[in-house]
Amino acid sequence: MENRSIVSIADYSKEKIQNLLDMATEFEKHPNRSLLKGKVVATLFFEPSTRTRLSFVTAANRLGARVIGFTDPKVTSSSKGETLKDTIKMVSNYADVIVMRHKLEGAALYASEVTNIPIINAGDGSNLHPSQTMLDLYSIYKTQGTLENLNIYLVGDLKYGRTVHSLIMSMRKYNPTFHFIAPKELEMPEEYKLYCQKEGIKYIEQQDFTEDTIADADILYMTRVQRERFTDLMEYERVKDAYILRADMLSKCRENMKILHPLPRVNEIQYDVDDSKHAYYFEQAQNGLYAREALICDVLGITLEDIKKDK
Amino acid sequence: MSNKEQKLVAALENGTVIDHIPTDKLFTIAQLLEVSKCTEPVLIGNNLESKMMGKKGLIKISGKFFTEAEISKLAVVCPNIRLVEIRNYEVVAKRQITLPETLTDIVKCANPVCITNNEPMKTVFYLKGTDTLKCRYCGKEQKLENIKLK
Repeated sequence: MENRSIVSIADYSKEKIQNLLDMATEFEKHPNRSLLKGKVVATLFFEPSTRTRLSFVTAANRLGARVIGFTDPKVTSSSKGETLKDTIKMVSNYADVIVMRHKLEGAALYASEVTNIPIINAGDGSNLHPSQTMLDLYSIYKTQGTLENLNIYLVGDLKYGRTVHSLIMSMRKYNPTFHFIAPKELEMPEEYKLYCQKEGIKYIEQQDFTEDTIADADILYMTRVQRERFTDLMEYERVKDAYILRADMLSKCRENMKILHPLPRVNEIQYDVDDSKHAYYFEQAQNGLYAREALICDVLGITLEDIKKDK
Repeated sequence: MSNKEQKLVAALENGTVIDHIPTDKLFTIAQLLEVSKCTEPVLIGNNLESKMMGKKGLIKISGKFFTEAEISKLAVVCPNIRLVEIRNYEVVAKRQITLPETLTDIVKCANPVCITNNEPMKTVFYLKGTDTLKCRYCGKEQKLENIKLK
């Protein structure tokens, strides 16, 4: 049997991405469906998560599925020393699809190898988080009308932020121009810069974050600069306020520019930005629902045609 | 191969000669092959003359023929050594060992939060270029010189 698991979307073709975007568009028109009536979706959160879990559970419920699972591995046999393999095999007897988050890198790929039912990776350590990438792509597509030829500005923690790394990889076929705006300690790792060079992705690195440097952005993707990421705390004190977006920095920006943030935010986007027409982070989170409805359907073999026919 | 060496090889009735071992890797290889547990004759030589390498190490093991998995292990530690198989005093096969494209359950991942270090499972590594291995699971890359065997 073909395993339709989604562990990573980095290697998806443009056609496949477009198909998922079209499915998400259909779900945005009509989020509540009965496509998964009679199906059971298991959500196994070996590592706590609020946003991603609620979004997946909501997506499953709105598609008409029943949901089983756990939100804390302390209440499961994992705490008794059960292996991941055994937990996955056991749950595979009950559910039609498993959505899982795990603190260990590669856990989702391994899980997909030990079961016949599809696995959706809801984050494996700092490795991959394809549903976040999918909702980012959908948010960009929806607000810009295309994924092609965009100026995408990535701001903040570019060293540890896995969402920005995934975004670079999944945008590579759409001729983007990236601007990496980060303090020295959190700049884009060498391996991703090499990746860009190899793939012919244009990028510009800068440390200044002002209204002038962001004037040409189509997408301003903000991330959190976390204190614990710094080895040199004096450096943190010096740069902590340099990557905060304020409403008065938006006076020169493009009409179509949208601000994205994977959330949770702390202070990197000031609250006065929330009222701006450029603020898009809450809608972005909502798009996560439609993107996840699309992913769940995709792994269960439900096609765009099926969704269009379902009224 | 010199006359002296040919004699050394010819003296083996059945078994394997591991040749062209860099002198500093000889004892690592000997340990890896668990020669201390061999009950049949084993000959270990070091700092032998070599036209190709200047000096080299060499191990002869009677009654021992290597499996592909064992050869892969040797290749990780020392990619350029040569194996000579002897049967009935005749050289039946000479092979320059090379690293396979995929290494299954040979190498340990250096990433402590990789699933392979936390589950009873096989590791899988892919060869990237000539000196880098990439973990199938966590995607982390490591240089061959820093590799730890499983």
